[in-house]
Amino acid sequence: MSVALDLDVALFEGLCRLGDSTLVLGHRVSEWCGHAPVLEEDIALANVALDLIGQTQMWLGLAAEVEGKGRDADALAFRRDVWDFRNLLLVERPNGDFGQTLMRQFLFDAWHQPMLKALEGSGDPRIAAIAAKAGREVAYHLERSADLVIRLGDGTPESHARMQSALDRLWPYTGEMMMSDDTDRALADAGIMAAPDSIRPQWNALVAEVLSEATLKAPDHSFMHKGGKQGTHSEHLGHMLATMQWLQRAYPDATW
Amino acid sequence: MVELAQVWDWLAKVPDPEIPVISVTDLGIVREVAYDGDTLVVTVTPTYSGCPATAVINFEIEKALRAQGVDKLRLERRLDPPWTTDWLAPAAREKLRAYGIAPPIDGTRAQGVVAGRISRLTGAALVVACPRCGSEQTQKVSQFGSTPCKAAYQCRDCLEPFDYFKCI
Repeated sequence: MSVALDLDVALFEGLCRLGDSTLVLGHRVSEWCGHAPVLEEDIALANVALDLIGQTQMWLGLAAEVEGKGRDADALAFRRDVWDFRNLLLVERPNGDFGQTLMRQFLFDAWHQPMLKALEGSGDPRIAAIAAKAGREVAYHLERSADLVIRLGDGTPESHARMQSALDRLWPYTGEMMMSDDTDRALADAGIMAAPDSIRPQWNALVAEVLSEATLKAPDHSFMHKGGKQGTHSEHLGHMLATMQWLQRAYPDATW
Repeated sequence: MVELAQVWDWLAKVPDPEIPVISVTDLGIVREVAYDGDTLVVTVTPTYSGCPATAVINFEIEKALRAQGVDKLRLERRLDPPWTTDWLAPAAREKLRAYGIAPPIDGTRAQGVVAGRISRLTGAALVVACPRCGSEQTQKVSQFGSTPCKAAYQCRDCLEPFDYFKCI
């Protein structure tokens, strides 16, 4: 009994890690709406944000169901404070310039796609179904972000310098995606979710291949930030939530 | 109770809110129609997980069936198997083309970065014919068009920009 109970707690955590990461990245990307360098990119960014927020509804909807305390996806998204968020630190990084936004997207997509592929094999059919659905959308995200990283990296001296600078800034936030903690290991042992460290070989291969074609060089230092998945965030997330949650905080249960 | 075939006929007249020339059954998103006791249960699968039309589609289905006098009705969501453009009815593809949207080319959904790059490197890039003049001299402007389900293309012959209903 106590084992089953613990596994449900781990499952809630695991689902929040997925759903909060897609939520925070989706919100960040949506901040570009109306500000992108060209119309087509503006629309593409909005579409990617929309996919991510749709996926959030599925992940957090399931998290709320597993938790069984009467909350729903909206309650989790809009009524939790920063320390309850379980997203990766990478996705809460501010947008910066277009190059930084794209590099963040690529580094995430290169993890997101193989992770979803692995989750399609989950022993929990609800997780497998969401992963299969989301995976088809994310395949398009990855094709686009990898393509643009190559084009801008291997582009003009200005675009190359900006992409290299984006890579240098974001690199220390990539390690967390592939670090497994006790929660991850409990879920992996139960056959419910793939362990993050099992994604490492695919991520390394994909990133190395794209960066090489983009004529970009990964930094050789190995220091990696961590803590987002356990609720320890940078100052940026609180500011983002203040904007994102404002309406539900000021007017709880507002509808139209 | 109303015959299920009759319900399918009614559903075949409910237009997609974004692309009104095709119906919700043309799209292949109505997965099942059945009775649970005396309650009619319509099972719908979303196209894209974030598609804002999903809520409107459910509303339109409910409105259409209630207008026909169905008062015991329940809509259910089914995620598995995920929706694919392979389920678009053949006739719907021609309706799309006539409407100015190039229909999906089966078997070309994104596989992720490696497959996408291999197809570019080998020159096996997707050829999408212009729905207006039929020319195959077209180019992709963006992976994402006016909605997540479409990519933006332009015809090099007639110069018309158009949407391609991409494969998923």
